[in-house]
Amino acid sequence: MAIEITMPALSPTMEKGTLAKWLKKEGDTVESGDVIAEIETDKATMEVEAVDEGVIAKILVAEGTDDVPVGEVIAILAEEDEDPADVAAPKAQKAEAAPAPAPAPEKAAAPAAKAAPALADPDVPAGTEMISLTVREALRDAMAEEMRKDGDVFVMGEEVAEYQGAYKVTQGLLQEFGSERVIDTPITEHGFAGLGAGAAFTGLKPVIEFMTFNFAMQAIDHIINSAAKTRYMSGGLVQCPIVFRGPNGAASRVGAQHSQNYAAWYAHVPGLKVIAPYDAADCKGLLKAAIRDPNPVVFLENELMYGESFDVPDVEDYVLPIGKARVYREGTDVTIVSYSITVGEALKAAEKLAEEGISAEVIDLRTIRPLDIDTIIESVKKTNRCVVAEEGWPQCSVASDVSAQLMEKAFDWLDAPVTRVNSVDVPLPYANNLEKAAVVNADKIVKAAKAVCYAE
Amino acid sequence: MTTAKPTKKTATPTRRRTAKPALYEASNDELVEFYRQMLLVRRFEEKAGQMYGMGLIGGFCHLYIGQEAVAVGVQSALKKGDSVITGYREHGHMIAAGSDPRGVMAELTGREGGCSRGKGGSMHMFDPERGFYGGHGIVGAQVSLGTGLAFAAKYRKTDNISVAYFGDGAANQGQVYESFNMARIWNLPVIYIIENNQYAMGTSVTRSSSEVELFRRGESFRIPGKQVDGMNVLAVRAAMDEAVAHCRAGEGPFVLEMKTYRYRGHSMSDPAKYRSKEEVQKMRAERDCIDQLKQLILDKKIMDEAGLKDMDKELKSIVADAATFATECPEPALSELYTDVLA
Repeated sequence: MAIEITMPALSPTMEKGTLAKWLKKEGDTVESGDVIAEIETDKATMEVEAVDEGVIAKILVAEGTDDVPVGEVIAILAEEDEDPADVAAPKAQKAEAAPAPAPAPEKAAAPAAKAAPALADPDVPAGTEMISLTVREALRDAMAEEMRKDGDVFVMGEEVAEYQGAYKVTQGLLQEFGSERVIDTPITEHGFAGLGAGAAFTGLKPVIEFMTFNFAMQAIDHIINSAAKTRYMSGGLVQCPIVFRGPNGAASRVGAQHSQNYAAWYAHVPGLKVIAPYDAADCKGLLKAAIRDPNPVVFLENELMYGESFDVPDVEDYVLPIGKARVYREGTDVTIVSYSITVGEALKAAEKLAEEGISAEVIDLRTIRPLDIDTIIESVKKTNRCVVAEEGWPQCSVASDVSAQLMEKAFDWLDAPVTRVNSVDVPLPYANNLEKAAVVNADKIVKAAKAVCYAE
Repeated sequence: MTTAKPTKKTATPTRRRTAKPALYEASNDELVEFYRQMLLVRRFEEKAGQMYGMGLIGGFCHLYIGQEAVAVGVQSALKKGDSVITGYREHGHMIAAGSDPRGVMAELTGREGGCSRGKGGSMHMFDPERGFYGGHGIVGAQVSLGTGLAFAAKYRKTDNISVAYFGDGAANQGQVYESFNMARIWNLPVIYIIENNQYAMGTSVTRSSSEVELFRRGESFRIPGKQVDGMNVLAVRAAMDEAVAHCRAGEGPFVLEMKTYRYRGHSMSDPAKYRSKEEVQKMRAERDCIDQLKQLILDKKIMDEAGLKDMDKELKSIVADAATFATECPEPALSELYTDVLA
């Protein structure tokens, strides 16, 4: 059968080109790989190579012709068992590639609106003893419990083993689990984040500790391009059950490069889950959930919280649902949404507001992605006012996103504009007074809450 | 005061001298199989190039034509449970790993029958059942990931190994050396295959690299390295056998620099002005991996011209079938847009 040689597309955007020159003429024999013509595109002159072998039976587009559409037949090739003279011109020119067959009809294009299972914290039986744990201990216990249950879980990072953790979060893990499962790395964030992701492709469950998330910027390519996107790019064939964890946000006077909050950065990315808990019980229950989750999870801790103590239910296997916010304090006049260390400031603000007769409801997001907007909307339906407080820059922040979603989904319930309380829009300064002025505190939240209540 | 005389210790050599390059002694059946696989990859890539020209394949499309001996030779030395990972020029590696040409071609056309259900494209193909972990578009990323695959093999206490392919361009990425270092500290069973086709897009190795002998890049990490004629599948296989034995014995990583050449541009839209036509023609005429092996098969009278031609016809029909499948297969259902984001 004669083979039609068509005007090739030579770039993703090329629609037509100039057939500059024929390097073969009718009657010539060509072999696969022979250059048969030169084509000029808007970018360059490119050579066209023959794919099939045969004899050029007919040239249909003369050299020097401009604007030849991609897909137009430019020559006919007779195969070796054909007489070139018998080969006719193509029956009909078709200038465009045949469109792909339409996919099978389907009921709905939108994601199947299957009712999401209601997420709820586990019931803690009445009379359960509460034990006081620091955030640091709660995180350690979470890792240790999961490592006892599942041999595929291992911890890797800088100073996690022999030094017992730069912030002592992995204290004791080396002694219990040994150096094959608690692994000190060189200072190699990009490398060990990628190594962890590669190990997770095979089904292992790495917990990758960054000494701080500030250093994870070296590794962010693997967190996003390798961990978050691989399941999708592989059509579900390859998984990446990995946890990236470590302290995030400002500590105390460590300067601009060690003080950034990355919640909004990671929360931007489909394929990731992002958790930023406040108290010790949530740290324990959510880190255990993160390690069990089959998806890549970014788990943002806070250095200033590591030494804070909270009550943690003394139950076996305390696991919390990812994606569920928590009403930390109930109120009726204004909703204060926050997460991580700023929940503490929000609670202080609620106390101060109570003294002035304003009842504030404090919501701890706990998970940033997926964002539990429903819990916020439920609260706003009651209070009709909302302040979002976040230790981090204002532009494109988590607070911005909560505000936008409330505007879209709860506009009619709002009696005042949603107001953001963010860190000042500057790199974090070192000087004590300047640093204090830059970060979010209870007074700033009180001021915003009073403003949305028109109380001042 | 006198200084203490340093105690004389036997220095550990930083460079392990490896055996002289050898050729794998293949059986007749193996020679035919190598030939068949290399030709299948070539015919597949030629068809892919043609389909790109017809507008059936979108975006970027990086062809493997010229480098077939590397993927085929490397793959032949692996066993079940070993893993392979590479960059974006991976159609040939998929085919060599035994993936169905239909699935690969349908991924190129972005159809539901594609190996990634049309959601990955030319640069993102995976076949974990055959140990193939992609298909990665960020230059050098596969080196850290492949080191992680080796970590997993060791963690699970198997004798499996990992092969991480990368090019001469990726060889200048920082994470390659972060990975080398970790792989050697922990003696991970990973073979780093540098496919040195001499051009990182349009930049030649001599312009981009202070040390152009890339097999020596592991020396400061005490990783042995070897330069291999990547245009000869038997040389590739022999070098792999040495590296595989080293890895399986728990002696840590190995670097193989495969000197190879791509005949086509970096991607489809590359006019390749950075090298002369004569250079390409000379390589094709004198060093082509398929022609070399064909001559050997003829010289040894394992098959004759007619037999080889029949094989070519059969391979062309496999590729034609893949192309038909990839053209007739529907695009993914719109609901696929939302699946596989999270488990």
